[in-house]
Amino acid sequence: MIPELGHYGLVLALALGLIQAVVPMIGAAKRDASLMRLATSTAIMQFVFVALSFAALTECYVTSDFSVATVFENSHSMMPLLYKFTSVWGNHEGSMLLWVLILSLFGASVAAFGGNLPASLKANVLAVQSWIACSFYFFILLTSNPFLRLARAPFEGRDLNPILQDIGLAVHPPLLYLGYVGFSIAFSFAIAALIEGRIDAAWARWVRPWTLAAWMFLTVGIAMGSYWAYYELGWGGFWFWDPVENASLMPWLAGTALLHSAVVMEKRNALKIWTILLAILTFSLSLVGTFLVRSGVLTSVHTFASDPRRGIFILGILVMFIGGGLTLFAWRASMLKQGGLFAPVSREGSLVFNNLFLTTACLTVFVGTLYPLALEALTGEKISVGAPFFNLTFAPLFIPLLFAMPFGPMLAWKRGDLLGVSQRLFAAFGIGLVAVALTFAVMGGGSLLAPFGIGLAFYVVAGALTDLVERTGLFRMPMKTVSARAGGLPRSVWGTAFAHLGLALTLLGIVSASTWGSERIVSVKPKQTISLAGYDLTFDGMRQQAGSNYRATAAKFTVRAGGQVIGEMEPSKRNFTSRASMTNEAALMYLGVSQLYMSLGDINDDGSIAVRVYFKPLVLLIWLGAIVMAFGGGLSLSDRRLRVGAPKPAAKPSKAALQPAE
Amino acid sequence: MTRKQRRLVLIGGSLGVLAIAAALVLSALKDSIVFFNSPTDVVQKHLPPGTRMRIGGLVKTGSLKRGDDLKVRFEVTDGSHDVAVRYQGIVPDLFREGQGVVAEGKLEPDGSFDADTVLAKHDERYMPKEVVEALKKNGRWKEGAEGANSGVMKTIAAGASPIAGGKSP
Repeated sequence: MIPELGHYGLVLALALGLIQAVVPMIGAAKRDASLMRLATSTAIMQFVFVALSFAALTECYVTSDFSVATVFENSHSMMPLLYKFTSVWGNHEGSMLLWVLILSLFGASVAAFGGNLPASLKANVLAVQSWIACSFYFFILLTSNPFLRLARAPFEGRDLNPILQDIGLAVHPPLLYLGYVGFSIAFSFAIAALIEGRIDAAWARWVRPWTLAAWMFLTVGIAMGSYWAYYELGWGGFWFWDPVENASLMPWLAGTALLHSAVVMEKRNALKIWTILLAILTFSLSLVGTFLVRSGVLTSVHTFASDPRRGIFILGILVMFIGGGLTLFAWRASMLKQGGLFAPVSREGSLVFNNLFLTTACLTVFVGTLYPLALEALTGEKISVGAPFFNLTFAPLFIPLLFAMPFGPMLAWKRGDLLGVSQRLFAAFGIGLVAVALTFAVMGGGSLLAPFGIGLAFYVVAGALTDLVERTGLFRMPMKTVSARAGGLPRSVWGTAFAHLGLALTLLGIVSASTWGSERIVSVKPKQTISLAGYDLTFDGMRQQAGSNYRATAAKFTVRAGGQVIGEMEPSKRNFTSRASMTNEAALMYLGVSQLYMSLGDINDDGSIAVRVYFKPLVLLIWLGAIVMAFGGGLSLSDRRLRVGAPKPAAKPSKAALQPAE
Repeated sequence: MTRKQRRLVLIGGSLGVLAIAAALVLSALKDSIVFFNSPTDVVQKHLPPGTRMRIGGLVKTGSLKRGDDLKVRFEVTDGSHDVAVRYQGIVPDLFREGQGVVAEGKLEPDGSFDADTVLAKHDERYMPKEVVEALKKNGRWKEGAEGANSGVMKTIAAGASPIAGGKSP
């Protein structure tokens, strides 16, 4: 009964979606307020029905209803309750349901909080949003029904893939989807603006909070996924340039560019056409990501059951929205009026610079990800494009970007003073150079690449702080004035500083962990000691543990630093009988923001075990940096100027032109 | 500067950056990509020693030998030809005889393969796609025999060096 209700809920959402896809648009064209208003209630009800459907599926998992095919395939009655929840989206069907749940949530949020939008824009946005939703409802109902029943209910389920039985997985996909799908709002706004043939600074102000929110979630989602791969896959890498990771990085790069270009549009009414194009491209890349991950073109941990029909269906959706969006853009973009003028050296200019490098970097990732697929389709030759490719293309493009980063916020709008800003950044340059010199001296020669990376990171941190110091007048004015000024600074200024600082922290972590990390792969017997980076790890012995649906074999190590015991590490292997599969549970020891990392290899009959031990200096900064970036995004989001529904400043001449003639 | 000049600066700058990116991509594609070969390809194509590549197939039953210092020798087969592989390090949890495997490394002058990365499947029901295709080419693949159409798939690597170190800037 429950699964059928869930199925029915999805069908009802589709029916509402079809109405919402057409009626409000007719209303906007005919200026019929009642038809336009319809979108608000259908968007909210769509969310209610999808949420019901999702709740029904969750109920099936929690009660282990193995008569439902996906539950049988991906759950087990002995699994801990938490993983029964997370296995709802630990498979293709359920994750697509999560996708539409989030899509309808965003649609409902625009409906509920978009009270200050002009009626026709809101109607068009919600209609476009509903086109996207409907194509995914169709996709689920026609090719990936999560509520499909089995003729005879099996007694026990086949369990969730063990490597997905982890808390990291519980958080990673929802966050990532909030990011991916959140960009659909920017897309819908862009298409709606093209349909209306009218766009101005206010448009950017409405789009920015949604983009910012999506970007924050995506940032944390990517970081979460990276951390999960780091500790769960057992070889201590944090980024593999795996096509699936790239699929999430591309929308992030484009989305970051979009955030910056929307600032120019909002403040200076310039770069309108480019911003619209970026909004379309960002969501297109999210769709490409979904296609790559969900179609089975690539094999990875994210590729669940592959069914060629699904691939073709998603490809259809992809072609429809990307092709349709770009065609509409080509047709209507010329109608949009040119905006404000600016000199190449100016705040706008620096944001254009940012956009240029971010989109180019995104393009190289795109080429590296899709080239093997294209080559295989065309010539049948199979190649793999890995880290060396991206280190040679992506990294060089990020260096100028990072170098220019502190300049951007300090340049004036319209016409900036490059020399003046350079002088004010003098201290930051100094700190960067000192960092390079110190790192080089401590390393005692060798490659200049690592000291350069560290110097760049310090320079960006110092640059971000310089901007704050300049604006608050710290060191120049009495403390009282400074605190008053700090309080008076717009939150978005703090947000920018934090986001830039976060990126520098991530860079610091990446350079440090990949340059000065040490690793040992050895075979040890009980009572033997492994020494690494000043730590001694003594193998005490093995022990068996029983989990709820697995058996674990753990190796106990005592860790000493300078003769003092500082803790224990216990890497283990879990054996899941129901899947005849094993997972590696790495042991992590936090040493400040550095880590000792240990994972277990083969266990031999003579009592010796193979282990991998890594020392990863400053590795936690990689993910902490991402959290700081997202925190910056949050600060910026809380800026009064951007707050959804916040009263608008009265003296905005552009506003008057925007009110629809009702 | 007039509007036209400004636009020229913008377009010129963009084209410049794009040209640099294109040059980077082309040079990187020339040097840093890795081709995939089946054991039959390795034998028949007369590939020069020292070429960096991936080979894939099944771990031949009875060929797996473990030595000291985590040294491993095994043979990769696609049913028609075998290639001997040497590797030092920890092999993936699900690396077993008779199962699919992908190894990345260099071809030695004697025709054996020196692997620095070994990838194996991470699910009982999954076989790396390259392996399936290599076997299909030799008519050794039975559709559905491995149940490769269901289950979560993951090729997982284990190696002395990770397949990517993330050595970005």
